[in-house]
Amino acid sequence: MKRLISTMATTALVAGSLVASIAAKAEDTIKIGILHSLSGTMAISETTLKDTMLYLIDEQNKKGGVLGKKLEAVVVDPASNWPLFAEKARELITKDKVVATFGCWTSVSRKSVLPVFEELNSILFYPVQYEGEESSKNIFYTGAAPNQQAIPAVDYLMENEKVQRWVLAGTDYVYPRTTNKILEAYLKAKGVKAEDIMINYTPFGHSDWQTIVADIKKFGSTGKKTAVVSTINGDANVPFYKELGNQGIKATDIPVVAFSVGEEELAGLDTKPLVGHLAAWNYFESVDTPENKEFIAKWQAYTKNPKRTTNDPMEAHVIGFNMWVKAVEKAGSTDPSKVIDAMIGVAVPNLTGGLSTMMPNHHITKPVLIGEIKADGQFNTVWQTPGTVVANEWSPYLEGSKDLIADWRAPLSCGNFNVKTGKCGGKS
Amino acid sequence: MLRRLFVIFGLVVLLAGGAVRASYADDATLTLKRLATDNYADIELGIAAVAASGLPSAEAVLNALADSRLSYRSADKALFFKDASGSWIDAATNTMPAEQPSGLKPVKVNNRVRRALEAALGSMTLMAADPQKRIAAAEAVFKSRDVNTLAALESVIAKEQDAVVKRHFEEARAAVLLLKVDAPESDRVAAAERLGERGDQDSLALLGAVSEANASANTVVAAKLAAKGISRRLALLSTVQNAWYGLSLGSVLLLAAIGLAITFGVMGIINMAHGEMVMLGAYTTFVVQEIIRTKAPGLFDWSLPIAIPLAFCVSALVGLLIERTIIRYLYGRPLETLLATWGVSLMLQQAVRSAFGANNREVGAPSYMSGVWDLNGFQITYGRLWIILFGLAVFVALLGVIKGTSLGLKMRAVIQNRRMAAAMGIRTPLVDALTFALGSGVAGIAGVALSQIDNVSPNLGQSYIIDSFLVVVFGGVGNLWGTLLGALSLGLANKFLEPIAGAVLGKIILLAVIILFIQRRPRGLFALKGRAVEQ
Repeated sequence: MKRLISTMATTALVAGSLVASIAAKAEDTIKIGILHSLSGTMAISETTLKDTMLYLIDEQNKKGGVLGKKLEAVVVDPASNWPLFAEKARELITKDKVVATFGCWTSVSRKSVLPVFEELNSILFYPVQYEGEESSKNIFYTGAAPNQQAIPAVDYLMENEKVQRWVLAGTDYVYPRTTNKILEAYLKAKGVKAEDIMINYTPFGHSDWQTIVADIKKFGSTGKKTAVVSTINGDANVPFYKELGNQGIKATDIPVVAFSVGEEELAGLDTKPLVGHLAAWNYFESVDTPENKEFIAKWQAYTKNPKRTTNDPMEAHVIGFNMWVKAVEKAGSTDPSKVIDAMIGVAVPNLTGGLSTMMPNHHITKPVLIGEIKADGQFNTVWQTPGTVVANEWSPYLEGSKDLIADWRAPLSCGNFNVKTGKCGGKS
Repeated sequence: MLRRLFVIFGLVVLLAGGAVRASYADDATLTLKRLATDNYADIELGIAAVAASGLPSAEAVLNALADSRLSYRSADKALFFKDASGSWIDAATNTMPAEQPSGLKPVKVNNRVRRALEAALGSMTLMAADPQKRIAAAEAVFKSRDVNTLAALESVIAKEQDAVVKRHFEEARAAVLLLKVDAPESDRVAAAERLGERGDQDSLALLGAVSEANASANTVVAAKLAAKGISRRLALLSTVQNAWYGLSLGSVLLLAAIGLAITFGVMGIINMAHGEMVMLGAYTTFVVQEIIRTKAPGLFDWSLPIAIPLAFCVSALVGLLIERTIIRYLYGRPLETLLATWGVSLMLQQAVRSAFGANNREVGAPSYMSGVWDLNGFQITYGRLWIILFGLAVFVALLGVIKGTSLGLKMRAVIQNRRMAAAMGIRTPLVDALTFALGSGVAGIAGVALSQIDNVSPNLGQSYIIDSFLVVVFGGVGNLWGTLLGALSLGLANKFLEPIAGAVLGKIILLAVIILFIQRRPRGLFALKGRAVEQ
């Protein structure tokens, strides 16, 4: 019993001194929150983003930090558990006093933390391509909206591959459902008939693709050129592509364009049977620009792994972080409400050789790249938008959202302004 | 005088010959230079030009382009391709240049270029020596339906000795002729019949394109008749194909569940770490392949047979460790076992994540497991075929162990009556440990097979754990035959529901049906007496 008490006392002492040291440290550092899952299903994608943030913060500190202070990363693990995201976000803002947070991957995790960031008036940078239909004062969306990824990809297939028949295949959750709704409306507006569109949803982690791939093959052999637009998420992609290879569907017959498959996902696959299948992103590791070469070299040196890949959401974090640094310097303060105002209009170079700007809708301008999978697991850029594309956070192809705009500049300051009724708030 | 004349004449002839050769070479380099560009549309045109040029190196150049081995020198647009040994060959002369070129840029390929290549190579390789290549060429022509290849097709059909290749040639000719508006009616009717005999989806698409607008009445009738025959055949075929898919899904479920049939079914442990045993098996396969890749690439096809016993050992050892350190204190307390094994599963996942990283690991397929076996339209993928056979083999082996070995006898004795077995001198704790290790080891073997069709990631096990429990409970706890039947019937039901209801709804319907079934028969398909039942 005595021993227990003494142990407890020591623990308390150690804990106390720890807290003290953290408090002392907090005086002269600026804290940045990193809210990415390091365990559970999403760890596969999100762990790299945590490393990216640590790398970026390290680089910035080498340059002397921000406003003369060093940056300090606070890493938490929401463990792919959506409610835990909200809890951890609250902890970061109230307990650790972070001034900005970089995090989330899935839309549901973002939706889970959104009220927390709005209530506590803090900043979240969200780096992943998503379905749009949202604009929050406290979130900066550095990933692509549907018109910065899905719609250009469909345009490319229509013009260059003369595709007439479309399979929209996705995992059954909010991002594929909304994206496919937008794409379906867009295709119909382009004169594609309903019988030439096949929509298919599968559960998370679906692993038996035999029937669906056979269906796609059947759908695609009516003589009209067919393509698959895939919003299949995460782990389900590997068995899907394996089955495509097994059943001998080649990219020259039925190309598959994917919005969630990047260099990381391909790393776990034998890519030889997949050569020619496509992906639409705003960045590829193979992009041939000095900015990108430098970034890859430094990143691989930082991670001490000469084979470490880079991908699109990483680039989004690079852009987001640089924008935040610039906005803080512009505002002369890390106070979130000042930084939020300073963010709009900030422009930083992206890794594909252009300039990305934060727009009043809290989304950034991005170029759209279409790449074909090569045998080495990298992408060969076959098409690129001439300049950058501005995000349509509210899709003009959906009933209910086509009259909405977001503009966070004063005096409008509204994420869902209805241009028809002239009122802020709610879908029309 | 005469002699001098001869010499002059000889010289003239020589010079002229040289000039002719030079201009020929110039033409060749000019044609080849059309490929030395970044513009895909130009490359596409260049391919047709090279294919038509009759250059001796044309086929080699196009093949090199198809494998992305073709590059050009930015300075003078001279083309080079890499041969099998990795040295550069000058495409214009088809010889190795004196010094290896530098400043090369690869000629890029996209899908349009690939399609043009397939068509060009198809018509060029119609006369290849290898019958497989001739068939591939015929299929390429079937797809491209290039009218210009018709003459070549006629001549190869007349010469072809091999009946199978000849059939492919004739089908390719039929595909070209069917939609050729100025072809004689009799030819087009014959083409429609020929395609009707081929009877696949592609033929159906071609026949569907025939209409009054582009064909005579007789041709349309023949096309409609052939299409009807094909549709009937395809409907039948899709049922057979679905049954095959069901069987294949069933064998995957069987493999995933069969280890659990021992640990849960026979021992009554709600083993949430079962999926992780499967995962460990898959990672063992990955490690074996990595070692083979670096140390002995020639053995790659043997990687799976080598991995099977190793995976068994790894998972069995981990299983033994779990049983000895945790589970043995929890016998007869199913809820605590559930929580403990769940904790173990999380620990194993995170351990693997720390050791191998969170990303998927690439496990390659040996050559005998890739490819399709086409039985007249009914397609069997080799990978799936092997997995079905493997699943059945594991089942039979396990049955043999339980029915035919001393350990199996003791296992059954302990399950039926633990105290009596102990009284007869059986060391029940040892039997428990070995049984758990056996179940875990079998799960590890399953991991080797599943690494071929699913992600090898730390989450591999999670995606199978629910299905595994479903199979064991549905089949009847404590009965291996029940697990077999449960797995196969769930697989078949799933695959027949999927085309009708979709993957998501299909799964829900299946779950609802199982719930109803369990209500009626709480002990599953086959109820057996065992420790699990007594509790």
